[in-house]
Amino acid sequence: MSILIYAESAEGKFKKVAFEIASYAKKVAESLGTTVTALTVNMENVSDLSKYGVDKVLKVNNDKLVEFNAKAYADVIKQAAQQENTKLVILSSSTNSIYLSSLLAVSLEAGFASNVVGLPVSTAPFQVKRNAFSNKAFNITEINTDVKVIGLAKNSYGIFENASTLTEEIFSPNIGDNDFGIKVASVEKSSGKVSIADADIVVSGGRGLKGPENWNLIEDLAAVLGAATACSKPVSDLGWRPHAEHVGQTGKPVATNLYIAIGISGAIQHIAGINASKVKVVINSDAEAPFFKVADYGIVGDAFEIVPQLIEKLKAFKAQNA
Amino acid sequence: MKILVCISHVPDTTSKINFTNADTEFDTNGVQYVINPNDEFGLTRAIWFQEQQGATVTVVNVGGPETEPTLRKALAIGANDAIRINATPTDGFFVAKQLAEVIKTGGYDLVIAGKESLDYNGGMVPGMIAGISGYNFLNSCINITVEGTNVKAVREIDGGKESISTSLPLIIGGQKGLVEEKDLRIPNMRGIMTARTKTLNVVEPVEAAVNTKAVKFEKPAPKSAIKMVAADNLDELINLLHNEAKVI
Repeated sequence: MSILIYAESAEGKFKKVAFEIASYAKKVAESLGTTVTALTVNMENVSDLSKYGVDKVLKVNNDKLVEFNAKAYADVIKQAAQQENTKLVILSSSTNSIYLSSLLAVSLEAGFASNVVGLPVSTAPFQVKRNAFSNKAFNITEINTDVKVIGLAKNSYGIFENASTLTEEIFSPNIGDNDFGIKVASVEKSSGKVSIADADIVVSGGRGLKGPENWNLIEDLAAVLGAATACSKPVSDLGWRPHAEHVGQTGKPVATNLYIAIGISGAIQHIAGINASKVKVVINSDAEAPFFKVADYGIVGDAFEIVPQLIEKLKAFKAQNA
Repeated sequence: MKILVCISHVPDTTSKINFTNADTEFDTNGVQYVINPNDEFGLTRAIWFQEQQGATVTVVNVGGPETEPTLRKALAIGANDAIRINATPTDGFFVAKQLAEVIKTGGYDLVIAGKESLDYNGGMVPGMIAGISGYNFLNSCINITVEGTNVKAVREIDGGKESISTSLPLIIGGQKGLVEEKDLRIPNMRGIMTARTKTLNVVEPVEAAVNTKAVKFEKPAPKSAIKMVAADNLDELINLLHNEAKVI
């Protein structure tokens, strides 16, 4: 009956989203009078999960699962759910978890709600609130199946410590060749940089920066804040920055704690992609830029003057608060 | 190669989002509809396969007669024919079930669906079709080439990308990158004229379990007004971000 989560990891460390769904699952488990079981893949030390309320860990160690494979991972989670007689599986909204979640829902014959924000509105009937219409509305969805799968929207709940006593168990699922119809040939990761998906802060630049040669402003500000860098669509279309940095409706979605937009006017398509961010700061020379209507803090002025000063002041602030 | 492109008929991003009937239904009043952007990237890549490798491209949508202009637009862009499954798309599983049926009947080799639609943002239909049909499935696909039945493709991952190999039949959840924005096509007059005479088959839905139900909609609470900070008072911005917003 325990709630099952898939606690994602990379290079021997849990991802932040694993702690967020653990915190969330614990709270839901308390209201349902049950416990939280986490499934981990090729992780040695899982003790960190006990800080966030996980009661039991099913550890899978399998060489075939070194590289992520959605079908195989969905198959493993399904078998774990069945062994534990789980009625509720909670997943994150990482690219990999989104990828496997719908395969898992079909194989468990489970109703699936993605993009969930906040705790269930009601547990009987089981209703959750989710983002819809590109963050312009919420939708209350009722799941009617016996087994349910939900995907928690990134950064929508937060990470809360809630110490528990953890038991560990080795779990050995059956994985067949038909799970590997997709074969990974190579993986390319930009090393040494904070990815937009993992960042707490994103610093983003638009056409107001006038050219790629000025991107040191964005990169230096991001470096002081430990932030990821991003850009608007025109900037990536002009080839000033790689497409992977494009955020907005057709680019990457951003749901971060702090989003700083510099020289971005705030076209509706851009806002749709970044609106799930908690705090938005805009720096723009045009006081009429639409971004000022949706941001929390704004400065009207020349980015070429403001940003270097801001970098210096933040360095001093960081040194003081270190 | 037979390609099926799944098309969602969605409100244009600039549309005002409102609800009616005690907030239980989306208010279609005055709303402009478009091909879901993630689907349009996929459609354009499918047309590339048609022109370069002799593929045939069928577009399909689950919806009422009011969605036909969106299918006609896809035909005007270059799809060979269209199928409309005559049903209200109630949830992701219902839609996937309908599409899986069309795929089974039509014997498609490659199915391209947008990784997410702009209206309900479920992001589940491509994977559910794969789960039902048993085809190979690649989500967040940003590049695909096909030779015979061999496929090489690229998937976007958090912080990078992953190159994969697989084989047909295959379902992909597509997005920008399959083609670039500049490659998207605006239907020309000739395309619009020929689209009128292309086949648009209407088929009735099959039964599907009702796993989830959208019971209500809510609009976000109005945002509090922006706080402006003077350009020569950056200490105040740092103070607000640290003490008020608590984000640095």
